[in-house]
Amino acid sequence: MTTRRRSSYPLGLLALRTVAAWGVALLLFFPLAWLLLTAFKTELQAIAVPPQLFFIPTLENFHEVQERSDYLLYAKNSVITSVLSTVVGLMLAAPAAYAMAFFKGKYTKDILMWMLSTKMMPAVGALVPIYVLAQKSHLLDTQLVLIIVFALSNLPIMVWMLYSHFKDIPREILEAARMDGATLWQEVRLVLLPLGMGGLASTGLLCLVLSWNEAFWSLNLSAAKAGTLATLIASYSSPEGLFWAKLSAASLMAIAPIVVFGWFSQKQLVQGLTFGAVK
Amino acid sequence: MAYLQLRGIEKFFGEHRAIKGIDLTIQQGEFIVFVGPSGCGKSTLLRLIAGLENIDGGSLMLDGRDITDQPSSKRDLAMVFQSYALYPHMSVYENMSFALKLAKVDPAIVREKVERAAAILNLTTYLQRTPKELSGGQRQRVAIGRAIVRAPKVFLFDEPLSNLDAALRGQTRVEIAKLHRDLGATTIYVTHDQVEAMTLADRVVVLRDGLIEQVGTPLELYDKPANQFVAQFIGTPQMNVVPLQQLPAPVQQQAPAGAAGGAIGLRPENIAVRSTGTTPVSGQVDLVEALGAETLIYVSTPGGAQFVSRQNDRTGLRAGDAVSLDIDASQAHWFDPAGHVVAGQGA
Repeated sequence: MTTRRRSSYPLGLLALRTVAAWGVALLLFFPLAWLLLTAFKTELQAIAVPPQLFFIPTLENFHEVQERSDYLLYAKNSVITSVLSTVVGLMLAAPAAYAMAFFKGKYTKDILMWMLSTKMMPAVGALVPIYVLAQKSHLLDTQLVLIIVFALSNLPIMVWMLYSHFKDIPREILEAARMDGATLWQEVRLVLLPLGMGGLASTGLLCLVLSWNEAFWSLNLSAAKAGTLATLIASYSSPEGLFWAKLSAASLMAIAPIVVFGWFSQKQLVQGLTFGAVK
Repeated sequence: MAYLQLRGIEKFFGEHRAIKGIDLTIQQGEFIVFVGPSGCGKSTLLRLIAGLENIDGGSLMLDGRDITDQPSSKRDLAMVFQSYALYPHMSVYENMSFALKLAKVDPAIVREKVERAAAILNLTTYLQRTPKELSGGQRQRVAIGRAIVRAPKVFLFDEPLSNLDAALRGQTRVEIAKLHRDLGATTIYVTHDQVEAMTLADRVVVLRDGLIEQVGTPLELYDKPANQFVAQFIGTPQMNVVPLQQLPAPVQQQAPAGAAGGAIGLRPENIAVRSTGTTPVSGQVDLVEALGAETLIYVSTPGGAQFVSRQNDRTGLRAGDAVSLDIDASQAHWFDPAGHVVAGQGA
């Protein structure tokens, strides 16, 4: 008697693959899951040995985080710096990518490589000069300095991604618009942007996520006034010791917005990150 | 009255001189075809006229106005691209009305013009569709419609039929010819297909390596090619061009003095295949191609020369048969070693 299988793999191998995939996924998700659980425990429950899986959840950590440090202020700063740095970045990256994609010159590839190479240096290498610049311009602990630094550090990636997306738009369509009488701005607004909207959206989303999670510059350039949620989390690793439950609650409150946002826009994010992989 | 005038047009790509000085005068209402082998500069020349590339030298005058440095959007030219270049995010109607909307034409007039063009091109039922819902031939017509609607000073076509299958190509060629007849618009058409050149053009411009080899009506180019390149480019099957020393003596003696060391050019229909022994030129059949309406017979001679003969009758000849060739020397073209035409004794 023959059995009909949906794939050409033997059943045992298929089962093994499924178990392995689930195992890896659970392993990756475990820290987040534990974070989620710990945020609702008391401090005592949090440090209990053996670790407790079942307990009565409490919201006291969240209350304390909000009382002790102004969560809403930090959240507002995160939102403002991420969104504005994304907007500024797109406004700078799009024209650059347009020029590189449609008016390719002898040095275009070299310039792109150079841009990308600036991301290879660890951020700490530029810490002192940027700190001094920020201090001399009286921009320390302001949203402005964070917006500028976030935008500039994400710029190479944005230019690269937009360049790849624009390259997929046939040049002749833009030339046809020109022949139809469009000025440069009309060409961009009426033809390039609608066609490149997917690329712009996924690039923008990526930049948003990167800016939101940017901890290094936030910690070094901002404090009480312009601190972002990354600063908030760091403030819970204090010399007094680690308050696991509160730290978990603070972390959860810091990542929740972006995780929810990312969940809803995951299709765009994946598309943006995997473009060109399948051609 | 010169409508479009090219004077000394040059184009460099880095060090490479792609267009080497083109002078051309086009009259209003003419259908001009740029034809030539790949890389000869015909598309580049079209793009220079369109304004999609900058002119590096020379001047371009349209209807009395110098447009050499004008951007494409201001030249009042319309172009039909090889890949159609339709706006994928717009419907057929929006594609065709785009230029008029940019020019802020009254929407009622826009509607009237688009519907009229759509009627001419049988696109009326497709006006609300997007390009990806159309077949290749339909997209082609939308591209043409987009140009017609603007009533530009000159239509530019860049190999518009190359992406179509053979049957559709022939059909669309006829439609383009009819369109030109009805609209009477000045047209520049680029193609590598000499059949399109011969059938559509009022005048043909043969280009090679960035220079004009010859300009003339299709039949002028066919009957009186200026040089060997044009002679072999125009006409299918290719004109037989055979070096003089490969010819039998009786034929060689008929060559004019200037053709010494050169070659003879004979159209396939000017060579007849006869039974062996009837003429001084003997040969052996290599191949017979029976095309139905005509037959092509490939013959090689002892001197090493190879000829193609075309005749309307069917033949019983087969590969290997011995035959004689009847060469009509009065129809021969004589070329010197450099490929220039030499005036013949019988021509």
